[in-house]
Amino acid sequence: MTDVRPPADVSHEEPSSTESHDLSLSYESGVEVKARSQWAYVRMRFLRHRLAVVSLVALILIALVGVFAPQLAPYGFDEVNFDNTTRSPTFEGWHLFGTDQLGRDYLSRVIYGIRTSLWVAVFVALLSTALGTAVGALAGFYSGRVDNLLMRFTDLVLTLPGLAVLLTAAAFFGSGDPLEIGLILALLFWTSIARIVRGLFLSLREKEFVEAARAAGAGDLRIIVRHMLPNCVGPIIVNTTLVVAAAILVEAALSFLGFGIQPPNAALGKLISDGQGEGFEVWWLVTFPGLVIVTIALCINFVGDGLRDALDPTQRRVRA
Amino acid sequence: MPEPILKLRGLTVEFATEDGVVHAVTDVSYDLRPGEILGVVGESGSGKSVSMLSVLGLIPVPSGRIVGGEAIFEGEDLLKLPDDRLREIRGGQIAMIFQDPMTSLNPVLTIGDQISEAVRVHNPQTSGDTARTRTIQLLELVGVPSAELRVNQFPHELSGGMRQRAMIAMAIANDPSVLVADEPTTALDVTIQAQIVEVLKTAQRETQAAIVLITHDLGLIAELADRVVVMYAGRVVELGDVFSIFDSPRHPYTVGLLSSLARLDTDKEWLEPIPGQPPSLITPPPGCAFHPRCTQSQGRAICRTDVPELRLLREGVDHRSACHFADELASAGTGAAGARS
Repeated sequence: MTDVRPPADVSHEEPSSTESHDLSLSYESGVEVKARSQWAYVRMRFLRHRLAVVSLVALILIALVGVFAPQLAPYGFDEVNFDNTTRSPTFEGWHLFGTDQLGRDYLSRVIYGIRTSLWVAVFVALLSTALGTAVGALAGFYSGRVDNLLMRFTDLVLTLPGLAVLLTAAAFFGSGDPLEIGLILALLFWTSIARIVRGLFLSLREKEFVEAARAAGAGDLRIIVRHMLPNCVGPIIVNTTLVVAAAILVEAALSFLGFGIQPPNAALGKLISDGQGEGFEVWWLVTFPGLVIVTIALCINFVGDGLRDALDPTQRRVRA
Repeated sequence: MPEPILKLRGLTVEFATEDGVVHAVTDVSYDLRPGEILGVVGESGSGKSVSMLSVLGLIPVPSGRIVGGEAIFEGEDLLKLPDDRLREIRGGQIAMIFQDPMTSLNPVLTIGDQISEAVRVHNPQTSGDTARTRTIQLLELVGVPSAELRVNQFPHELSGGMRQRAMIAMAIANDPSVLVADEPTTALDVTIQAQIVEVLKTAQRETQAAIVLITHDLGLIAELADRVVVMYAGRVVELGDVFSIFDSPRHPYTVGLLSSLARLDTDKEWLEPIPGQPPSLITPPPGCAFHPRCTQSQGRAICRTDVPELRLLREGVDHRSACHFADELASAGTGAAGARS
């Protein structure tokens, strides 16, 4: 991602699109192409990836719903009403997603579920990224014995049967606290990012600008943090988004199996598991949280896809 | 004669490779005097860069190993300094300019970030504003136009010449007393090379630094250097002031180098290459490493058995040669006279 050059991308532009018009404006006095920062190009390429943009908008909306759950939800997430149990979706009383066996408004529960699930997923993504980046950076930078030690440990974690460990850990520590679930997930999810960052560091440490930084008197920490990590931002961001998606799904699976978030807290997987015992007549209890999970996971994957294309200038493929 | 600022004595560096031990630098000794420009010439792999890199502790470990010798800088042996002390010297008193400005600048940091970092690594208490002001000053000094704008640009937005100027600005940021320029013009267009030479002169005037100019470009040496070290197969073969070297070279290798030079002021149809190949540094030839290619040796036994010593040719003249028959070259007349115009 060192050399981001505009002309290559310009040629791929559809003649009718508005961006190409914008680009022609960037020629100053007909000679010099206006210098844009790297991020401007990334933004440009990302915005051209329609599906990713739509997904990003959808994700932001879903995230806002989660953040403002207390304001948006028409009822409380554990507000019981025994006079109004297992109602199918209706406008009456704005039970758009119906109610469950205890008469709780399902729309509200899904909204709170989004809040919990997203919170856990983002927490997992950030923590595992930080952990994985640190391990990968140290391994790649020092190589040799440090690398061997850290990477064999990474391999060890990778070979653990994920679900079994998760279930055991959740059952063992399990208070069902979202923070705890997040921690357990993060401790399993950091390996992929560690491998990616290590690979990047192994090639970066041979770069001349690293030697130049060393010749300028920079210490190891400074070289790692200031010179090498910024060169890995693209792959790290992409991987983080994918971890968010994976974490949502795994957390849903955990909750579905009853080892995740505990009631009365609402998490999306938990909602499905609560609803599945009731049979197909009460389809809304499974369908709505399921749809939300699928939507979130899909959107995140599309955004990650778009980011990967946008951050990788060697990729010339233009998406519709 | 002023006390040398950097004294190399018997520096020997080896690299362990899969094919065997490469004797990259063997018994290299030379002085760098304050304020002078010392040209270090030699072909690729002659050890000219490695000798300076190992002085700064920049050779790759564990494959590279400093076997012996010392490098005295301000009374301290750099080869024995602990790493943190050496780090203070790197980029502080001894700074380095790298060959390829395309790859030696970090692509994701702005020019300004990188130069001000060089300042702040050595003066951590410097405020951001002060560092920025200094950065702009430095960029103006090395002739970067509209420096206030350039500081915020990324390397890919600058031309090769501008990037090399930025590299030089970074190197002189802390007023070094020694500046190591490792092939500073090799990666640049010929027209830009001339400009960079001017910038180097300016940089030296400004900092009063002694410059070690590592290059294989004899033209650059003739243009800039006060004294010249000629290296071959990891050893110093000739050393002297630039006039002696160019006017009366006393080592057959130097003679060969000078006559293989393309020059505009002579009417030669063909360039004269040095016959043969550079020797393997894993199993260097016995005796004088140059003897298989030497026209002067003429098969004499001593060339194959004894490593010639780098000896002073005449009392009072700063000119040394490591050839058993340096004196024969004195009378031969080489035809290379006047290369420095």
